[in-house]
Amino acid sequence: MDVGYFFKLLLSGLTRGSIYALIALGYTMVYGIIKLINFAHGELYMIGAFTGLIVASVLNYAGVDPVLTLVIATIFAIIFSSAFGVTIEKIAYKPLRNTQRLSALISAIGVSMFLQNFVLLFQTSDFLSFPNLIPEFKFLAPVENYLSSPQILIYICTAIFLIGFTVLVKFTKIGKAMRATAQDSKMSLLLGININKVISVTFLTGSAAAAIGGVLISSQVGQINFYIGFIVGIKAFVAAVLGGIGSIGGAVLGAFVLGLVESFGTGYISSDYEDLFAFLFLILILTFKPSGLLGKSLKQKV
Amino acid sequence: MSSKVLEIKNLLMQFGGLKAVNDVSLDIHESQITALIGPNGAGKTTFFNCLTGVYTPTSGDINIIPPGKKLIRANGLKPNKITEIGLARTFQNIRLFQNMTVLENVMIGRHAVTNAGVLGAIFNGKKTKEEEKKIIHDSHEILKVMNLEKFANEFASNLPYGAQRLLEIARALATDPFLLLLDEPAAGMNPQETIELIGTIEKLKHEFNLSILLIEHDMHLVMNLSDMCYVMDYGRLIAKGTPEETANNPTVIKAYLGEDF
Amino acid sequence: MNRLEILKKSLINAILGILLTFPITVIKVNTIEKEITWRWYMLALVGSVIFVISYLWIRQQERQKAGITFKFKESKLGIKYHSLMDKPGVTKRVLIFSTILIIALPFITSPYTTSIFTTALIYIILGLGLNIVVGLGGLLNLGYAAFFGVGAYTFAILNQNFGIGFWLALPLGGLASALFGAIVGLPVLRLKGDYLAIVTLGFGEMTRIVTENFGALTNGPSGIANIPKPTLFGHTFGYFGSTRFVYLIAVALVVLIIFIVWRMENSRIGRSWVAMREDDIACEAMGVDLTKAKMTLFIISASIAGIAGVLFAAKTTFINPQSFTVWESIMILCIVVLGGKGSVRGVILGGLILILLPEYLRAFQQYRMLIFGFLLIVMMVFRPGGIIQNVRKIYKIEGDLSNE
Repeated sequence: MDVGYFFKLLLSGLTRGSIYALIALGYTMVYGIIKLINFAHGELYMIGAFTGLIVASVLNYAGVDPVLTLVIATIFAIIFSSAFGVTIEKIAYKPLRNTQRLSALISAIGVSMFLQNFVLLFQTSDFLSFPNLIPEFKFLAPVENYLSSPQILIYICTAIFLIGFTVLVKFTKIGKAMRATAQDSKMSLLLGININKVISVTFLTGSAAAAIGGVLISSQVGQINFYIGFIVGIKAFVAAVLGGIGSIGGAVLGAFVLGLVESFGTGYISSDYEDLFAFLFLILILTFKPSGLLGKSLKQKV
Repeated sequence: MSSKVLEIKNLLMQFGGLKAVNDVSLDIHESQITALIGPNGAGKTTFFNCLTGVYTPTSGDINIIPPGKKLIRANGLKPNKITEIGLARTFQNIRLFQNMTVLENVMIGRHAVTNAGVLGAIFNGKKTKEEEKKIIHDSHEILKVMNLEKFANEFASNLPYGAQRLLEIARALATDPFLLLLDEPAAGMNPQETIELIGTIEKLKHEFNLSILLIEHDMHLVMNLSDMCYVMDYGRLIAKGTPEETANNPTVIKAYLGEDF
Repeated sequence: MNRLEILKKSLINAILGILLTFPITVIKVNTIEKEITWRWYMLALVGSVIFVISYLWIRQQERQKAGITFKFKESKLGIKYHSLMDKPGVTKRVLIFSTILIIALPFITSPYTTSIFTTALIYIILGLGLNIVVGLGGLLNLGYAAFFGVGAYTFAILNQNFGIGFWLALPLGGLASALFGAIVGLPVLRLKGDYLAIVTLGFGEMTRIVTENFGALTNGPSGIANIPKPTLFGHTFGYFGSTRFVYLIAVALVVLIIFIVWRMENSRIGRSWVAMREDDIACEAMGVDLTKAKMTLFIISASIAGIAGVLFAAKTTFINPQSFTVWESIMILCIVVLGGKGSVRGVILGGLILILLPEYLRAFQQYRMLIFGFLLIVMMVFRPGGIIQNVRKIYKIEGDLSNE
């Protein structure tokens, strides 16, 4: 067996996993709190990537320093993605909070369609190339065949975000409110927790994570179009379900498992079926262990 | 004493570490009204859910003995099978088919005792037509018994609360049960409605030759209706006897009112 | 809220909307030429569109809060419509007239129009099939296009390899699709609600991926061409003739499927589906075998999609996997949801609106998906039952109404 090839696949699997983790986080948090599969979450990642690309291009063509450009572009991506996240919640999900869950899901599909076509119409259906902003890290020279600078950056950023996020959920007041709402939203309301604020913060952080993922992966891959969010979104959802939807640790675990499986699957089996693994996983998990790897099983109350 | 229709032996229902129903044994006799009472969270509804196939009990036996037929061990049977055998239930938190008419709600109850299939529906032959006519007729008869026929074409969601509870019973009756399981039928009713309900249940028992198992909080209802009374607390049976006996049983009083009384 | 307040709020929303959409609407990047175009006029455009929508949105919300709902029967148009239709014999005349019009359509219009109407009819068939699962059974199937594809590919493959013609393929396509439905149904039927939706989406996409990569049989992404048009007792038609003929077959199939759906809707089986949608636990407690009910639903709905697929293949004579993506499934879902879940008339209306409107309003076509997406949201928020709301049948009880 070729060890070098194995490591290459392992590292690329971890890259995929990191991106899935950043997006899956948004899915799992939203599901945990309002029990909605936010079908449009992948589009927030796409909006993040596009905003990043637009801002980065403007600065890049004006001759701004690449690292500074990347930082500013990411900040803008986070701001706009979060703003979109909070806005769609207010418009398309909030009025449906107390109706059938399927209505909210259909509304989410509508949002997804809308956002994709919004970007398609106002930008382009072609692929746009993302400016090359990430510097070559000199210290990677000995392993440059296996590991690129963007990959290192993706690992680091994902780690920082996940740690920051864990701190937010575990140790801050709003984090506590989020956990309480996820447990029992009616009770939380009675206890004086501002549910609307909790939901807004959930969408905000989820979108921010997706935006970071969007900018990072775009600068690694080098090109984006309006459709990139959909399939990645579905996969991140699979990751969230795999880990046990509603569980944050589960989403991260599921994301890395899926990333590695995809990477090894395409590397050793066939790249034609790249997208198949995620769906196979989804069906197997939901059929045999719907609660996922780390999720709690929920009994319906009769 | 009349023969048994239901026999529960050492029933255990465990959720993780919690024994929601713990070693419960009880018998229900033909044409009797048996009441199961106990404080909130005593495990009564869980017990019901075991009987009706919603949960599969951890251990123990649920034996159903349809009058004049052989004993059936019902552990782990699906809810629709239990209904086919002849046990019908109502729900504590009303579960009507809200966007269907009252008549249709009852017609669904006739599902178990009729059998037109997809092809029957498409070709709508003589047999299907007659069956359908009979379903409508029978369902309407049941509505009349329950005094609901004036609502026949209303949406179930538009009924007043008390009528919704009655419709729950009507729907269960439509499945032709020999044993009717009522989960807090008087919950949320005013005293006048409760008195009427007592009369209705009595009437049903005679008219349809029913055995009834009743979960209830309303002691007035239990005292007036039941022949036999079981008391549950923390998943266990703590007393049995006639309603008077149980009402005066010190253990029961303690369970309801706490140590201080 | 009075009008002024709504206007004020809408103005704020418009400004916020301009800010939110600024990078995407105003800045256009050409990454090849490395050029930036600033489209400042977008500010005015986006701002005014959001202002108008926001005004209408809030006004409608206020109305609903006040309990004012739109009822067609009570509207001016509705009263006129009903007073006209209720006259004796009018309904019959309208029915005869529209039947003649429907049959005569391909002979009085261009083949182009006929072809578009055929497409609409195919989508109506698909809508009716999906409606059984979504509208009656309350199960959201997001992979419906896969069943459609199975039908189309069954015809194409059988024809390529065995020379089987349209008329034999029609039932075989339905059958193959039904079988596929049963296979998909087995694992997914334990799930409910949104999980079921996502798993069916997964199945749909898997089917497409396999079709794209299983070249030996399906010819991969390039698809299968030269699928024959239907013949009539061995007679082949020319271009005009076959366009008309396919249209008439589509009409016949729509009528047949409407008939079947109507029969099922108010039968013992159909009622049990609706009950399952309303409350699955209570439904099971009434003696309905949910697994069997769901399986039946899935299979019937799949076979309808399969039949539509065969018709589609015969109409276009060329199919490839791109015709059966998840967005196709969502398009069919739009027809059902916008038209009215559970309502046959609603689905027909939905199919006509969604397919014909973009064809005839060319300017509108570009914005088609954007507007449909938006309409889905609007519908769910303001009128979740769809344009034509489903009504339940009122049963007459014979001989018992004398005292009422």
